[in-house]
Amino acid sequence: MAKLKLPTPSEALDRVRETEVWKSIFRPGSIFRRGYRDTSRDRALATMNNVLYHLHPVKMKRHGLKLTYTFCLGGLSFFLFILLTITGIYLMFFYRPAAELGSAQAYTDMQNIRTSVFFGDLVRNLHRWGAHLMVFSVTLHMARVFYTGSYKPPREFNWVVGVLLLFLTLGLSFTGYLLPWDQLAVWAVTVGTSLAGYSPLIAKQANFLLLGGVIVGPDTLLRWYVLHVLALPFVLVIFLSVHFWRIRKDGGISGPL
Amino acid sequence: MARDDTPLDQETFDRVLAEELGKGVDRRVAEGRARSAAVRAARAKSGEAPSVTPVAAATPAGDGDGGAAPAAAPSPAPAAAVPAAVAAAPVAAAPVPVGAPAATLTAPERQAPPPSGNVPEPKKGAPEKHRLLALVPPEGIQRVEREQGDRINVWPHLLIEEFVAMMIVLAALTIFATFVNAPLRELANPNLTPNPSKAPWYFLGLQELLRYFHPMVAGVLFAPTLVLLALAVAPFVDRNPSIKPGDRKIAITLFTMLIMFGAVLTIIGSFFRGTGYNWVWPWAQGVFFEL
Repeated sequence: MAKLKLPTPSEALDRVRETEVWKSIFRPGSIFRRGYRDTSRDRALATMNNVLYHLHPVKMKRHGLKLTYTFCLGGLSFFLFILLTITGIYLMFFYRPAAELGSAQAYTDMQNIRTSVFFGDLVRNLHRWGAHLMVFSVTLHMARVFYTGSYKPPREFNWVVGVLLLFLTLGLSFTGYLLPWDQLAVWAVTVGTSLAGYSPLIAKQANFLLLGGVIVGPDTLLRWYVLHVLALPFVLVIFLSVHFWRIRKDGGISGPL
Repeated sequence: MARDDTPLDQETFDRVLAEELGKGVDRRVAEGRARSAAVRAARAKSGEAPSVTPVAAATPAGDGDGGAAPAAAPSPAPAAAVPAAVAAAPVAAAPVPVGAPAATLTAPERQAPPPSGNVPEPKKGAPEKHRLLALVPPEGIQRVEREQGDRINVWPHLLIEEFVAMMIVLAALTIFATFVNAPLRELANPNLTPNPSKAPWYFLGLQELLRYFHPMVAGVLFAPTLVLLALAVAPFVDRNPSIKPGDRKIAITLFTMLIMFGAVLTIIGSFFRGTGYNWVWPWAQGVFFEL
């Protein structure tokens, strides 16, 4: 009877790399096919055979690495968006946007998230503070782009997309503000929408559309919930894709000054 | 032809190498020059094309500016591959003696037939391969204008930087979220207006503005529409091509004023407004502000 010989870890890894499944996942030239050596070629291949290639080119201008040029603000805004998506999905498991008089389910769910949901309090805090931080970082990102003159040709259109993204970020933050359904949320939204309700001719219609009624009520909550978790993120992701695509097409990072 | 197959004249090689090194040339460059001299010497010995200008031989057609071609070239035609001009002179991958017109035509075994324009028949029994051969007119060659510049690999340099920035923000945010709870007040009550009631902080500048202007001006016409519109059309209004801060004083001043205006209004609305939305000093009467 032949003795069973276990393969060493490196042999096992080599065998796994030879399998059809592994080869189907990693493209030819991927660093996961043949192993990575720190050469110029493998550094290029690491980006090129990676889904990251949609975001980053293989090579970039050296000055773009300087922290004081971008302060990483655009990237951090995107990171915060991802973080907010993840924490938001978690919160969605425990939240119902119902606020009928007498039994405000939304508020009860908020209390449960704070007290009985596993890590619920931390995730909610992350979501809330992250959202404020994102509004802040997107605004700062816009200022950075302005001061470096990065909106100049050929990047004019990408600046316009960026202004839209700022608007959508504010919209996302504002719609999310209502969801806890406490005094702070409802009255901040009441004040906020009354600001927007001063349209010259369509004031009443605009406000009715926004609130789903004449005051902030259960219909508003449902409406803003759908906007917050579905409609606005959907639109934002589309414009975000255009934004990133144009960065690459317009020649990568701008500058140097 | 592989490099090792090229016959070298060792004597010439040693002599030129010593000369070049004596001139203080870098060793790699010196070796290259010595090698090329040695190859030429070896060819001259074996009776091949006598004196060859190596530059012209290596790139008989590639140089669009013709600067490399010696003045003794038969005609002032552009150096690019114009078939008619080349037809008169021998064309071969091997050294083309453009430099010495008198001696040029004494290398019969290297002469290629003049181009006939006919498509050659494939050889019998040759493997079926797709071949594409094209003559490109010199004006069809696109020159890359963009400078390559000083470029670095995104992996690892940029990706590591981004990762570190991400981790720092995540860590700071997690620590903050662990120790500072987001507010959750009592259940919403439409009949009980809190005093003061404020909008979320990013709208507080707008709310502050409403204290000074008619709602129609501040609410819809002025703030959101005008500011967003002004921002969106900024690149089409500002046609100054320079990105140097020194050349953009007006743009920078205007934008800084806008940012400052917004920031001051927001700070006033956030910290200097208290009960009844009246003016308070935050260090005296406290802060009426919630995130």
